[in-house]
Amino acid sequence: MTDLISQKINKVDIVALRNEFPLLQQTMRGKPLIYLDNSATSQKPQCVIDSITHYYSHDNANIHRGVYELSERATRQYEDSRVAIQQFIYAEHAHEIIFVRGATEAINLVAQSYGRSVFKSKGEIIISAMEHHSNIVPWQMICEEMGAVLKIIPMSDSGEIDLESYQKLFSPRTQFVAVTHASNALGTINPVKEMIRIAHEQGVPVLLDGAQAFPHMPVNVRDLDCDFYVFSSHKAYGPTGVGVLYAKTKWLEKMPPYQTGGDMIESVTFEKTTYNKLPFKFEAGTPNIAGVIGFGAAIAFLNKVGMENIAAHEQILLHYATEKLKTINGLKIIGSAKNKVGVVSFVLDGIHPHDIGTILDDKGIAVRAGHHCAMPVMQRFQLPATVRASFGLYNTEADIDALVIGLNEVKKVFA
Amino acid sequence: MSALRELYQEMIVDHSKRPRNFGVLSDANHTKEGFNPLCGDRLTVYLQEHNHVIDKVKFEGCGCAISVASASLMTEVLQGKTQAEADAVFNDFIQLVTKGHDASLEERLGKLAVFAGVVEFPVRVKCATLPWHTFKAALQDDPQSVSTE
Repeated sequence: MTDLISQKINKVDIVALRNEFPLLQQTMRGKPLIYLDNSATSQKPQCVIDSITHYYSHDNANIHRGVYELSERATRQYEDSRVAIQQFIYAEHAHEIIFVRGATEAINLVAQSYGRSVFKSKGEIIISAMEHHSNIVPWQMICEEMGAVLKIIPMSDSGEIDLESYQKLFSPRTQFVAVTHASNALGTINPVKEMIRIAHEQGVPVLLDGAQAFPHMPVNVRDLDCDFYVFSSHKAYGPTGVGVLYAKTKWLEKMPPYQTGGDMIESVTFEKTTYNKLPFKFEAGTPNIAGVIGFGAAIAFLNKVGMENIAAHEQILLHYATEKLKTINGLKIIGSAKNKVGVVSFVLDGIHPHDIGTILDDKGIAVRAGHHCAMPVMQRFQLPATVRASFGLYNTEADIDALVIGLNEVKKVFA
Repeated sequence: MSALRELYQEMIVDHSKRPRNFGVLSDANHTKEGFNPLCGDRLTVYLQEHNHVIDKVKFEGCGCAISVASASLMTEVLQGKTQAEADAVFNDFIQLVTKGHDASLEERLGKLAVFAGVVEFPVRVKCATLPWHTFKAALQDDPQSVSTE
């Protein structure tokens, strides 16, 4: 890392930060790459890439079993990442951090382990109308299996959850709430602290899908008082294939293992197997060691930049983009919640998002065009698809200016 | 011409904005819906076929410029074709957008050759071929749903 960010900085020096990301230095179709698809995945700083290379070059061994120095080193780095993440999200214990493949697997783990052992026939599971498919389908599946029912919190035309309707969904049969912290398709930041308080009044636990919130704001799981919080490394400047399930100890202790095999056992005989203690009970098999260590490097990077700085910078970009895009005739922003992460979803009159995506790509601009794995959100707004620009810590106002110029070019093609 | 201009030629933009043979064919004897889950494109192809001759083709649905223009031009080209002729055009068209064009292919395809630019955009091939796969499934009364994923 450069000296500029080797010490905690108060104001984000974007130019210096951007230089930490080798991928962003390239040109695309002869133009400088402008990467505006951070909700899909973020680019990786050199320190994350280096940590993975270093691990495979110097420290690679299986963890939690070798008696030799190399294995101890690998184990220590893997467990250091767990502690770094615990501290990063203010969890009470390191064993409340369970490493999985990503937010999707974390939700599936909770649905299959907690859901299958707790949900009852005619029980009710509350989710919202703005969920990503990954926070719909796992619940749908387990509901079908257990005879439970999904209840959907409606949202307004601005893309906000109506707390009154939410409160009314609760009944003596309510067993669980799973809701996104921030919407990938609309950018809405939900009033999750209040939603958790309401659920807890009824004795109902809450899972937050933090995939789109974790990379963009400070997250304090103890302050939120959520029962489960899930997120992916790759959207937060870490490698793909790693994610985290945070859960309160009391739930993890009650939950049966999700997958079984090596590392998750205490003892095995053909008659009886006893399970390992937390967190290993939920980490069967050799995990993505390099990925976890790389995620640890990403957390160190985020700590140095400061999540407050990142949030402030992305809010500036969000407001700048919203104002600039509004000046384009025929452009309509989908999702105008008061609290949003740096996501702007929009449509252009008479021009399909897919065509917009292709033409912007020709200008070196990467955006997402489609339903964003949130088909119910698209149905809610009666749209087949939207274009989405989503910002990361390395984006600048100049990137947004380029997007606006690109969109005017799009309009020329279809004029 | 840039690859982008090659893709969004005037004829394609024109057909995407003013699709021909758009709407329900009430006396269709073959109907099929096609779906591209990646971008949400969805269209229905209606055919009226007698003795292996396609008398009428219409379509409706929503999609990107490439898929709507492809459907529109397809309906124009297939009108009056025998089933065997339609199969040949289908094969030529798929070859054009997946492998690129040669002179003889371009001659056989006539105005459909306007889609030659698609080959430079691999992610857009599905947009161009969705109407054609849907047409083929309609003609064969394929009970499977048509999806380009």
